[in-house]
Amino acid sequence: MSNLRHLLSAADLSRDAAINLLDLSETMASVNDREIKKLPTLRGKTVVNLFFEDSTRTRISFELAAKRLSADVINFSAKGSSVSKGESLKDTAQTLEAMGADGVVIRHAASGAAYTLAHSGWINGAIVNAGDGTHEHPTQALLDAFTIRRRLHGSASTGKALDGVKVAIVGDVLHSRVARSNLLLLNTLGAEVHLVAPPTLLPADSSGWNAHIHYDLDAMLHRVKPDAVMMLRVQLERMSAAFFASEREYARVWGFNADRLALLGSKSLLMHPGPMNRGLEISSAAADSPNSTVLEQVANGVSVRMAVLFNLLSGERSIENV
Amino acid sequence: MSKLLLKNVSLLGEAATDVLIEGQHITSIGAAAAEATSGAQSAETIDVIDCTGLVVVPGLVDLHTHLREPGAEASETVLTGTRSAAAGGFTAVHAMANTSPVADTAGVVEQVWSLGLAAGFADVAPVGAVTVGLEGKQLAELGAMASSRAQVRVFSDDGKCVSDPLLMRRALEYVKAFDGVVAQHSQEPRLTEGAQMNEGIVSAELGLAGWPAVAEESIIARDVLLTEHVGSRLHVCHLSTAGSVAIIRWAKARGINVTAEVTPHHLLLTDDLARSYDAVYKVNPPLRTQADVLALREALIDGTIDIIATDHAPHPDESKDCEWAAAAFGMLGLEIAASVAHDVLIASGASNWNRFAEVLSYNPAKIGRLTQQGQPIEVGSVANLTLIDPTKRRDAISVESKSSNNPYLGLTVGGEVVHTIYRGYPTKRDGQVAVQGRNLEVSNSAVQTAAKAGK
Amino acid sequence: MVTRTVLTGDDIDRAITRIAHEIIESNHGTANLVLLGVPTRGVVIANRIAQIISRNDPTFSAESAVGRLDITMYRDDLATNPTRAVTETVEPPLGIDNRVVVLVDDVLFSGRTIRAALDALSDLGRPKTVRLAVLVDRGHRELPIRADFVGKNLPTSRDERIKVQLLEIDGENAVVIAA
Repeated sequence: MSNLRHLLSAADLSRDAAINLLDLSETMASVNDREIKKLPTLRGKTVVNLFFEDSTRTRISFELAAKRLSADVINFSAKGSSVSKGESLKDTAQTLEAMGADGVVIRHAASGAAYTLAHSGWINGAIVNAGDGTHEHPTQALLDAFTIRRRLHGSASTGKALDGVKVAIVGDVLHSRVARSNLLLLNTLGAEVHLVAPPTLLPADSSGWNAHIHYDLDAMLHRVKPDAVMMLRVQLERMSAAFFASEREYARVWGFNADRLALLGSKSLLMHPGPMNRGLEISSAAADSPNSTVLEQVANGVSVRMAVLFNLLSGERSIENV
Repeated sequence: MSKLLLKNVSLLGEAATDVLIEGQHITSIGAAAAEATSGAQSAETIDVIDCTGLVVVPGLVDLHTHLREPGAEASETVLTGTRSAAAGGFTAVHAMANTSPVADTAGVVEQVWSLGLAAGFADVAPVGAVTVGLEGKQLAELGAMASSRAQVRVFSDDGKCVSDPLLMRRALEYVKAFDGVVAQHSQEPRLTEGAQMNEGIVSAELGLAGWPAVAEESIIARDVLLTEHVGSRLHVCHLSTAGSVAIIRWAKARGINVTAEVTPHHLLLTDDLARSYDAVYKVNPPLRTQADVLALREALIDGTIDIIATDHAPHPDESKDCEWAAAAFGMLGLEIAASVAHDVLIASGASNWNRFAEVLSYNPAKIGRLTQQGQPIEVGSVANLTLIDPTKRRDAISVESKSSNNPYLGLTVGGEVVHTIYRGYPTKRDGQVAVQGRNLEVSNSAVQTAAKAGK
Repeated sequence: MVTRTVLTGDDIDRAITRIAHEIIESNHGTANLVLLGVPTRGVVIANRIAQIISRNDPTFSAESAVGRLDITMYRDDLATNPTRAVTETVEPPLGIDNRVVVLVDDVLFSGRTIRAALDALSDLGRPKTVRLAVLVDRGHRELPIRADFVGKNLPTSRDERIKVQLLEIDGENAVVIAA
C-alpha cells in the first residue's frame, strides 16, 4: 500500500488508492464493531484538529478516529478568536509545526486553504482537508463511497469499485464542497454522476465536469432510476441572495419527500451529509425511511477517517521527518 | 550642456544610425549626428553609448501604475516605483488615485507630482479620483485637480468602478471642460460580490467565487453609449475578455471616442494558474481563459486596443502569503511590460516596432495629454528614449520594485531593456538603474517646499 | 543470491503433522481449541494443522475453529518501515473468549510479530490460554518469547533470509535459506 503525503482533494486519489482506502476502512469498521474499539497504531503521534469554522460533527468524527488509533489529539478552534484571516493561517501553522504536529486536520472557510497550508512550507506534517470553503471535503466523499459500496455489496465489498453505479447529487451544488469531492471520487470509482439543482445553484460553466446535469428532480428519478441519491444541505442565506425564491418552493421542487421516496427503488440509498434541514431539502418521512443512510454515514465517517489517518501517519513519511 | 551620443542604434527596427542628445533634446540624427561629434571639441565632452544591436523606441509611457504613496509606502513609494519604471524602460507613469489619502484633491495630486519630480526617474502624472474617497457617491473636485500644477487629465476610481450610471454620465460631461478623460475600471459590483477569479471551468473546479466576463462587458457597453450620448472621451482600463474587445470594436466603428488598454498579464497568463491557489495570480480583473488572451492579442495588433498599461500593483508579502480569499488583488508589471509587448508583437512576427511604439508610448501619452512624452524620434523631440535588445532572452525577474508579487517568476522572456533615457539622462544604463535620479535644475518651488517640509 | 533448501515438501508435511499431534496431546484432546493464523503464511499453516487435527478427531471442525489475526496495526515499527497492506482479521466462529488459542506463524525470529499478535489478541477478547506454533524457529530472539510447538529449529546467521514457500501461495512447498 502506498502512502499519501496529504489528502487535499478527492482528485489526489487514483482508483487503486481509493479502493485501498475503502478496503482499509472495512478493516477499521470491524474494529469499531468490537468491544475494545482501539488500536495502538498511532501511539505517540499528534493530530491537530485545526478548525477555523464550526463543525462539531466533522471535528468529533476526526477526533474519535484519531483516538481510536491511539494518537494524541489537540482541538484548535480558531473561530471567534482574533484569528480570522490573513497572516494568521501562517502563524497558526508555524505554531503547530513548532509543537510537533504529525498531522493537521484543517477546516477553513477559504477555498484552497488546505492546499495553501500543504504547499506553503510552513508546516511538515500531513494535511487532511476537512472542508475548505466551497472547494472540497474529500473524507466526506470517501465515507459516502464507502456507504454506497457497503449497501450494494455487503460483506463482499472489499476490492470493489462503483462501476456503473448511478448516483444523483441534489441541491446547492455550486457552493458544496461535498458535491465537488463526491463528483471527483465517484468518477474515479467508475460511477455515473447526475447533478440536480436549480440553475442558479450550478456553476455557470460546468463543462469541465463529468456529470449529467438536470433541473427536474422528478424527471431524473423517473428516467435515471439512481442507485443512490445524495441530498445536499441548503443554506438559508442563499435565499436572500436570490439563488431561490422561498423555502416552500425549494422544498416542493428540489426537496426529497414521501412522493419522491416512492419513486426510489427499495434498494436505492437516500444520503445526506448532515446536519439536515428537515422539511426543506429532506422530509422526515424520507430521512427516517429504510432507504436513508444518514446514520450509517456518520458511523462510516469514523472508519474512513481512521483509514485516512493511518495511511497518512504510518510508514515511510515519518522517516523523512525524524 | 551635456551631450549624449547613441551610436549605431536602430530606430524602430530600421537600419542602424546615430542619435545625438544635447540637454533634454534630440539635436541630430544620422550623418549629422556623426558629424557633430567628429569635430575636435568632442571626445571628452561627449558621452557615447555603443548601441550596436539595440532598437530605440520612444520612452515608454504607462497610463496605469500604482505607486502606493502616500499611504502604503511599505509596498512601494514614488521613488521605488519610478526606479522600477526606469528599469522597465518607462519615462512616464500615471500614478493611480487609490492612495491613502485618496488623490481626490489638488493637494494630494500636487504632492504625488512633486515627489515624482524630486525622484527624477520618470515623469509622474497623477491620476485624479472621479469621486470623493473613491466611494462612488460624490464627484471629486476634478476642475481643481486639472488646474493644479499636476495638470491632471486622467480621472479614475480604479480599483472600484464608477457604477452609478448618473455619476458616470456627469463625470464624462464634466471632464470635457478641460479635455480630460475618465478611465473606467469596468466591474459591475453586484455581479462580482465576493468574486475571487474568472468565472468558468476552473472556478467551478476550485470552488472560488466567480468574476463573470459579463460584469466587465455590461459596464463597458453602458459607458460607450453614455460617452456617445454626451460626446465625451472614455478610456477603458485593463480589458480582459473577448467580449469586451467586441464591444470596443463596435464602439470605435460607430465613431465613439473610446480608447482601451490591456495589461501584460492579460496578454500572457490564464486562469489555469489559480489551480496552484498561489495568490500571486490573484488580480482584478482576474486572469481569463486562453481564448480571451488570444482575442486581446489580436485586438492589440489590429488597433482595437490602443495601449498596453501595466496596472503595476505592488503588495507586501503578507498580503499574498496567505489563503487565496484573504489575499490582495494585483501583480507587478513595470519591469515586464516591454518584454511581453516584444514577445506578442515582435517575436511572434505578428506586428512591428512602430506598433510597439504606438501601444507603449505614442498612444498612452496622447490619451494622458502628456505633450513632452511619446514624441517621435526626430530632431527637436524631448529625449525620452528606450533601448531594447531584441535578441536576448532573460529571466522575468523584478528587481527595483519594493514588492515581490511577480507572477512571471520562472518564465523566460525576450526584449530586454538595456538603457532608458529620461529627458536626456540615462536612468538605466547597461542594464543597471542609475543610483541617482535626473538632477533637475530644481527651480520648482513645490519641490523645494516639499524638501524643506521633509526636514 | 545463493539459496539452499533446508526443508522439502515432505519435511514440511511431517513437521506440520507432528505439530498437530503435539497440540492435541498437550491440550488433552480438541476441546475448546481454536487456531489463529498470522497472515500470510501462518494462515495456510493453521489451516493445514486444522485439517490434520480434524482427521484425528472428527468432532473438531476446521471451519469453526480457525481464524486469522492481522497484526499490522500493532507493529512497533510502523513509524519507520514502509506501511504493509492491512488485511482482514477473522475471528473463528467459535470465538476466542475462554478458548485455548494457538497462534500459528511460519517463522519465529525476533519475537516482535508475536508480541504484536498478543496485543492484538487482547483487544479482541480474553482467551483461557495462548500457545504458539511455528514451522521454523531460526533463533535471534529480541523479546522473552518462545514457541510451544516448533516444526524445525534452524540455526541461522542474522543476515540470512529464510523463505517459507507453500503450495497454496507460492506454488511449491519448501523452506529455503538465502545468504
